[in-house]
Amino acid sequence: MDLTFSPEEEAFRAEVRSFIEEHLPPHLKGRIRRDLGTKEDYLSWHRKLYNKGWVAPNWPKQYGGTGWTVPQRYIFNEECARAETPPILPFGVSMVAPVIYTFGNDAQKKKFLPRILSGEDWWCQGYSEPGAGSDLANLKTRAVREGDHYIVNGQKTWTTLAQFADWIFCLVRTDPNVKPQEGITFLLIDMKSPGITVKPIIVLDGVREVNEVFFDDVRVPVENRVGEENQGWTYAKFLLLHERSGIAGVARSKKAIERLREIATAEQVDGTPLLETDEFSRKVAEVEIDLTALEFTELRTLAAESKGKPPGPESSILKIKGTEIQQRITELTLEAVGYYAYPDPHAFGENEYPVGPENAVGAAGVYFNMRKASIYGGSNEIQRNIIAKAVLGL
Amino acid sequence: MDFSYSEEQELLRNSVARFLADNYSFETFRNVSRSEPGWRRAIWKQFAELGLLGASLPEAFGGLGGSAVETMIVMEAFGRALVVEPYVPTVVIAGGLLRAAGSEPQKQEWLPRIASGDAVIAFAFAEPQGRYNLADLATTARKHGAGFVLNGQKAVVIGAPFADALIVTARTSGERRDNSGVSVFLVDARAKGVSRRDYPTMDGLRASEITFENVEVPAENLIGRHDDALSVIEQITDEAIAAHCAEALGAMRVMQESTVEYSKTRKQFGVPIGKFQVLQHRMVDMFMQVEQSASMVLMVTLKLGERAEERKKAASATKVQVGRAGRFVGQGAVQILGGMGMTDELALGHYFKRVTMIDTLYGNTDHHLARYASLQKRS
Repeated sequence: MDLTFSPEEEAFRAEVRSFIEEHLPPHLKGRIRRDLGTKEDYLSWHRKLYNKGWVAPNWPKQYGGTGWTVPQRYIFNEECARAETPPILPFGVSMVAPVIYTFGNDAQKKKFLPRILSGEDWWCQGYSEPGAGSDLANLKTRAVREGDHYIVNGQKTWTTLAQFADWIFCLVRTDPNVKPQEGITFLLIDMKSPGITVKPIIVLDGVREVNEVFFDDVRVPVENRVGEENQGWTYAKFLLLHERSGIAGVARSKKAIERLREIATAEQVDGTPLLETDEFSRKVAEVEIDLTALEFTELRTLAAESKGKPPGPESSILKIKGTEIQQRITELTLEAVGYYAYPDPHAFGENEYPVGPENAVGAAGVYFNMRKASIYGGSNEIQRNIIAKAVLGL
Repeated sequence: MDFSYSEEQELLRNSVARFLADNYSFETFRNVSRSEPGWRRAIWKQFAELGLLGASLPEAFGGLGGSAVETMIVMEAFGRALVVEPYVPTVVIAGGLLRAAGSEPQKQEWLPRIASGDAVIAFAFAEPQGRYNLADLATTARKHGAGFVLNGQKAVVIGAPFADALIVTARTSGERRDNSGVSVFLVDARAKGVSRRDYPTMDGLRASEITFENVEVPAENLIGRHDDALSVIEQITDEAIAAHCAEALGAMRVMQESTVEYSKTRKQFGVPIGKFQVLQHRMVDMFMQVEQSASMVLMVTLKLGERAEERKKAASATKVQVGRAGRFVGQGAVQILGGMGMTDELALGHYFKRVTMIDTLYGNTDHHLARYASLQKRS
């Protein structure tokens, strides 16, 4: 066992760092932290990583993955977070792609994977419905086979950035007469199909991050079905496991703590930096300790994965602890900025200087927005149920 | 000992609740907070007609002669309705300060106008560098002829965009954080040299950054004692803390009740989610936090008239209880409503935002925990 990085790994870190320095335009640095960002903000960075061959560290090499070791993936994530690059959104690269290369046919792999890799296709996730949140298997969106097509009717909700999407992967009901889990099919649907309507949902911090997606007699070619009809639940569960393992967000949380430290150093309490007050320094220390534990839990998981052990139900730990830590950091950041949590940054125009110190801007919005983290991707209550049932055998 | 309301107080409670139910829906809150000017002068005048603006002011100056209990009743109801009009700065702060420390002519000039809804007053106390220390003042007021000249910058002055006058704290002598050398002035909001940058706040209010540049303030606009205003400022902000905690209590009650309601109707896995024990216990904890907060709000309201140490401890203790409860209840409510709790469309999130911002106002939970602990050490 060894904690240090090898000279090769350090060289890799230097390579990643200099690549980012060279290619990340200043206006994109921290862009997505401050605001939702535009489609182009995400894509321009995606394309730069694509050109370098670095978009999909989690994919097998044969489909365009990087073939990196666990330490390399760790280093890459850390450097991206450190430089505050736009994230590679998970919906295509980390969610649907593993389903396609694991369960899809050759035609699907050939058609979709290269376009996910290049950023040509933007994907969104059609899982949740108004009546199917934590109880996902209760979904009602119906797909009826008609010759070479499925006719899809129903509604998905909480669809992140559907307004940008070219494709949506959907769980649909193909057999209503069996156990809920047994009548679900996994479909890939072109967002340009006639009969699809996207309606925005504005969330707490005032941004359009999620949407409702309506399907009205949408015709989907049978060739866009992944795997077998009525086997979709298996693929859905596989995808959720993958989603969970990426959800810990350790590197980004480290960066967020670093920013919190900066804010709490600038903020003074009677002439002493807030960070040096007993109370606040202990709170920051606590969340750092939690994060260190999570980091090593994630590393243990990744190490097991690299030895061929697929992510299991323990990955729920990463989701629960990761999101709790992210939320805690936003709480502390909100506390740190004091009165300058008040101004609503959305009230100021693009070129208008916001009120208060630069690093206080958005602190309250991020706090409110991050409440979503313990809800999405299977709520933290559901994650605890999974651990209780599948790990502890209760 | 008697915790029951008087007949007049019951009447006030019912009339304000009825009035807000009829005139202050969630839709109204949204429309008003999102359009200019960000408040309704007409409803402010109606508050006056109902006796809300004068409820706690002396009868001799157009008020109804009520106490902090009346303020508590009004503010809890305002919290339930997400009222955006600047009641605390105008009535509790300006009205309270003038009542406690104002000269006869000042009282005669301003208190009747506050009670009748003809004057709106904002409280310019916080400064960009000062965090929660009321004496950390870089704003100065220097003697100049018969009056003063004011220079400095004030942060997040709630209600300032529509204020006729500002209550401004300033240093008249001593060093930045000295307890002595603090004075408080009433400044015409349109005086030469006052400039504002107005903006909406996260919780639907309006506030301003205000710069004072050589603003001439006549001597008769000094409120209370020159160089020695900190103790009265503390007294008045403790009264404002009690009022905002009552407001937060009203907002928390709405969140707690609507979460329970939702959990009874929202079905997952074939049953209402309120049947799940893990959610039941969380909702019970939320309920207990709300009840504990109600107790503290009552306690501080009844202790505002006690000697300074007791009053300060009561205010800080309540701010801590309400700050923690607000976070717990707000986060729990959003979690249990799930995605719905995250939406701008539902009222819930707006209550959560209001309660969260109230924690920041006049010092957050940590600040008041430390203040309480140091008062405890000294006693």
